[in-house]
Amino acid sequence: MYGLGILKGMWVTLTHFIDSYVEDIKWMGRKRYFTEEGVEHRRSVDAKGIFTVQYPEEKLPVPEEFRYVPFLVYEVDEEGNKHDRCTSCGICAKVCPPQCIWIVRTEDPVTKRPVPEPVDFFVDVDICMNCGYCAEYCPFDAIKMDHDYEMASFDRHAEHIFNKEKLSKPVSYYAGIRPANYTREEAIKAEEAAKKAAAAAAKAAAATAAPAAPPAAPAATE
Amino acid sequence: MSEQTPTAPAAAAPIEKSEVEKRFLDAVKADERAGYVGYLVETSKLVDVATAVRDEMGYDYLSSITAVDYFSDAPDAKNFIEVVYHFYKSTGGGALELKVQTPRDNSVVASLTPLYPGADFQEREAYDLYGVTFEGHPDLRRILMWEGFAGHPMRKDWKEAFYEDEAKPFKNRWPEGQVYRIEDRNPYNKNNKYPQGFDPTNFKEVDDPKLYEVLERAAREYTEDIDTEQVVVNLGPQHPSTHGVFRMAVRLDGETIVALKPVMGYLHRNHEKIGERNTWTMNMPFTDRLDYLASMSNNFGYALAVEKLMGDKGTPPERAQYLRVIMAELTRISNHLWAIGFLLNDLGAFFTPALYAIEERELILDVFEATTGSRMMCNYFRFGGVARDLPDGILEKIKLLVHDRLPRKIDELDIYLSENELVRSRSEGVGVITPEEAIAFSTAGPVLRASGVPYDIRRADPYGIYDRFKFDVAVRYHGDVYDRYMIRIDELRQSLQILGQALKDLPAGEIMNGKNPYQVRVPAGESYGRVEGPKGELGYYIVSNGKGNPARYHVRAPSFINLTILEKMCVGQKVADVVVNLGSIDIVLGEVDR
Ligand code: SF4
Ligand code: SF4
Repeated sequence: MYGLGILKGMWVTLTHFIDSYVEDIKWMGRKRYFTEEGVEHRRSVDAKGIFTVQYPEEKLPVPEEFRYVPFLVYEVDEEGNKHDRCTSCGICAKVCPPQCIWIVRTEDPVTKRPVPEPVDFFVDVDICMNCGYCAEYCPFDAIKMDHDYEMASFDRHAEHIFNKEKLSKPVSYYAGIRPANYTREEAIKAEEAAKKAAAAAAKAAAATAAPAAPPAAPAATE
Repeated sequence: MSEQTPTAPAAAAPIEKSEVEKRFLDAVKADERAGYVGYLVETSKLVDVATAVRDEMGYDYLSSITAVDYFSDAPDAKNFIEVVYHFYKSTGGGALELKVQTPRDNSVVASLTPLYPGADFQEREAYDLYGVTFEGHPDLRRILMWEGFAGHPMRKDWKEAFYEDEAKPFKNRWPEGQVYRIEDRNPYNKNNKYPQGFDPTNFKEVDDPKLYEVLERAAREYTEDIDTEQVVVNLGPQHPSTHGVFRMAVRLDGETIVALKPVMGYLHRNHEKIGERNTWTMNMPFTDRLDYLASMSNNFGYALAVEKLMGDKGTPPERAQYLRVIMAELTRISNHLWAIGFLLNDLGAFFTPALYAIEERELILDVFEATTGSRMMCNYFRFGGVARDLPDGILEKIKLLVHDRLPRKIDELDIYLSENELVRSRSEGVGVITPEEAIAFSTAGPVLRASGVPYDIRRADPYGIYDRFKFDVAVRYHGDVYDRYMIRIDELRQSLQILGQALKDLPAGEIMNGKNPYQVRVPAGESYGRVEGPKGELGYYIVSNGKGNPARYHVRAPSFINLTILEKMCVGQKVADVVVNLGSIDIVLGEVDR
């Protein structure tokens, strides 16, 4: 029969239309809109009916791996001083595909040795392609990809080259947005530290246990 | 038989190789450079050899044509341009690679367009970017650049207006650390060079004389009983039906198409030149930006090409192999859903079908986002593995999608659209491509298979671990728009088949072969890696000279080459069908223009 195909198709449209209301009734009492739970449900594998997320009133939560323009991680010691994790090794600047990282280094005025912490660190966020390479290849976990994607501004010429001040965020922030990664990295670091401590302890033990035989001790601990 | 180079892929059958050499004793000799495969053909004999290769040896499918500039400043350097051809059999198997060399200052090679119409756009591209003149080409114009562009940008001695360095990393970033905005150093109006005698102020693209001349020439071959006035209409570049910035100049007789010429390049950013300045690793995220609806497939092809050169070091561990397949097939599903949705848009079913399809695609993108960090610019593949393992809960989500939701939704889409009388009457018998045309025009992917040619690289020339899966190569026989729609539904189901098997067998273990270094060593040589992307054969031709960045990086873009047949599909049909025909090819301008 001519038109049957159209009718079948219209039936599909109709069920989609009705689904939204059926879902609303099922969710009676709980909130399907403007709540985290509701948004989470609407993007789940069981979602039915309306999918639309009403940004900016509603926002999709981003997964841990989500990557947007990088930030620099700094540690805060007991006295409240900030220390960059970055050692200006330059790997991120070398691996960055659009070459939007600039690192300004300095050297110690007395010893003339390079200072590890960078004087300044720039990322041109207009050019950054959010590839995540800088974070992936940084050997010191010093640069990480951010979750904050709302960074529009009125004047890109003045505001879109981020300097170190604007890029720096504390470790606690990093641990907050990427808990699994953070825990994993800390575990690896703890393991390495433990290994080092064990080696040091062995060294100390060897030194104290063998005071009578001083020439042998240094040889035993390389 | 000649010496086989050590990197010769096993797929290239040695019997045929010697056959080629025996057949053309004086015109063909094996390419004996280390790491190279294929044959060097005497430039003057190219057409003879190509004819025999097509008619006697069955290499009827000319997959890719590109040029390479071998150039060095050194005083005794042997500089030349090499044009590289990859031929395949439409019945499957490995490549026959032929090359011809021509001097840089007067580069002339015979055109293969009369033999293989699919060479048309690719030769124009090589002419445009390398300045190789193809003698006998019916319509040798620039294709990606405009007439006001000076020089041939892919030549090694051509430098962009904002030239920083031969290759990345640029010294002024590291170690110098100078800070400046690129735009400030590259001001508007000073960032361009015009060819001699070109007057930019009086140039009007609207009366682009060469293009209209070609249209007229094509129109002369068209005869109608009634002598009517023909008009030229430009569809695009800004037109929703063109899926991006793409223009079709058509000559109309009433409502009937007499001639059609695609005009492209509006989105051209010289991906390949950027690729040759980049290091090997840096290119990976750039491939995402080719066909931005299918970044995983793009990654796949590039990774394969580089891994071929890397040898054992580039072989991914089992788990990574499976993850690659899972991601590539999910990409195919999301791409085909999108393609179907937007084909319906082009048919006039405005956005309802598209949104139903996009809902499902959205769920797949969530998987990508959770795994790779980005919905579309996935940058997931590394040489010898993948970047990350699946995070907690994602495998379960993929399983739910593959075993429950997607099959249901694909059936729903099928019921919703396939039998719809309006869809059928608009698409059946429209834009017909015969199997012979489909092969001759080098179409690929769903366009080829909807014309009755069961050619799928996953089966015809398997890569990765595709030889382990059971699936059917989808094929349809009418070659019209309706079949190009249906074949995508078929392929969706086949992808689910593959996914089901891959998810079942997914082993535990490593995801990278060794460390993931930020600089890779790629031994000198050439390689061509191709995958069955959602839009067709996506190939990467790369040449390494052992340095940190590719000496040549070429993308065989299926969207671009599939457009070669657009005119053929449209001539004689109504203007409204142009939009549908274009939609049924499924192009992405990021890949067409590169
Ligand atoms: S790679 Fe890490 S440590 Fe090295 S310069 Fe970049 S941010 Fe600093
Ligand atoms: S995310 Fe990529 S583009 Fe952006 S700064 Fe890092 S390496 Fe560069």
